[in-house]
Amino acid sequence: MSPAALDAVDRRLVNRLQDGLPLVARPFATVAAALGIAEGELLYRLERLREAGVLSRFGPLYHAERLGGGLTLAALAVPEPDFERVAEAVNAFPEVAHNYRREHALNMWFVLATETPGRIAEVIEAIEAATGLPVFNLPKEEEFHVRLHLPV
Amino acid sequence: MSDSTCPSEARAQDAATPAGHLDPRDRAIVLATQAGLPLVPDPWGAVGRRVGMSGDEVLARMQAMAARGVIRRVAAVPNHYRLGYVANGMSVWDVDDAEIDRLGREVAAIEGVSHCYRRPRHRPHWPFNLFAMLHGHSREEVERQAEVLRARLGEACRDHRILYSSRILKKTGLRLGAGGPGSDTQRRD
Repeated sequence: MSPAALDAVDRRLVNRLQDGLPLVARPFATVAAALGIAEGELLYRLERLREAGVLSRFGPLYHAERLGGGLTLAALAVPEPDFERVAEAVNAFPEVAHNYRREHALNMWFVLATETPGRIAEVIEAIEAATGLPVFNLPKEEEFHVRLHLPV
Repeated sequence: MSDSTCPSEARAQDAATPAGHLDPRDRAIVLATQAGLPLVPDPWGAVGRRVGMSGDEVLARMQAMAARGVIRRVAAVPNHYRLGYVANGMSVWDVDDAEIDRLGREVAAIEGVSHCYRRPRHRPHWPFNLFAMLHGHSREEVERQAEVLRARLGEACRDHRILYSSRILKKTGLRLGAGGPGSDTQRRD
């Protein structure tokens, strides 16, 4: 996946909108005014950035636990020849929110987000059954910081 | 290896809406927006038309959810790679248990650390208990950031690794299904 070509306005837009949209009546008009562009241009650029995959999504970031749900990070040590099969099996679970391949003996790392905290253990069991591999469950015990911001 | 004892769950629930008690109207808004917000001048009205509420109610409910921390923020979620952050490393550290809470807060404040958590060890396979996500335009940049963390952790840190991501296999974000809080279908607990 190659870096996208962004012009100066795209960059300001991406930087500004990583911080969040104000929760006001005409939020895009408010941000557009601050950036000195028209609301329509902002919406057009935002849609283009989303379609081009520069943005994975644009919308509310929900806090799983405060929604009453469960959240955990889990990992698998997948034998190389089985990697694609296991990736497909793991990704098929709707509770798998993200999944990354990483360079380590534990080479598959995924986040589980479930409707209830109790459901985490059930999904882990189901993933173990579907993959035939033991799941390392690494729930957060303390959150020191969550604030992704990638300046461009 | 699926550990059922999870201290964070008990703590998180104390501070949160108990499972199953998400207000049904809030839940409808979550379901309608979890894949994204409509990119139109009045997004609240557009969501409202989908869930049978006024735009004012949608906005008021989203403001209230943001105030309670149910919504962290409404924002652009970047694809790291497409923004040129091609080196994304999960740095993991084996830190003295007696020092981790203080050091975790210090490490989290270091420039470039996007997420920072304490998580359980799984010895002997996994001795690491502090996780800090680092993002750079090159591995050299990530390794320079990791050096800053290493210096801050000092002798309290016995070992560390940087696990670079080499492929995004899935990135949809959190999804509630049909049967969750506020719903009476498919509840299995």
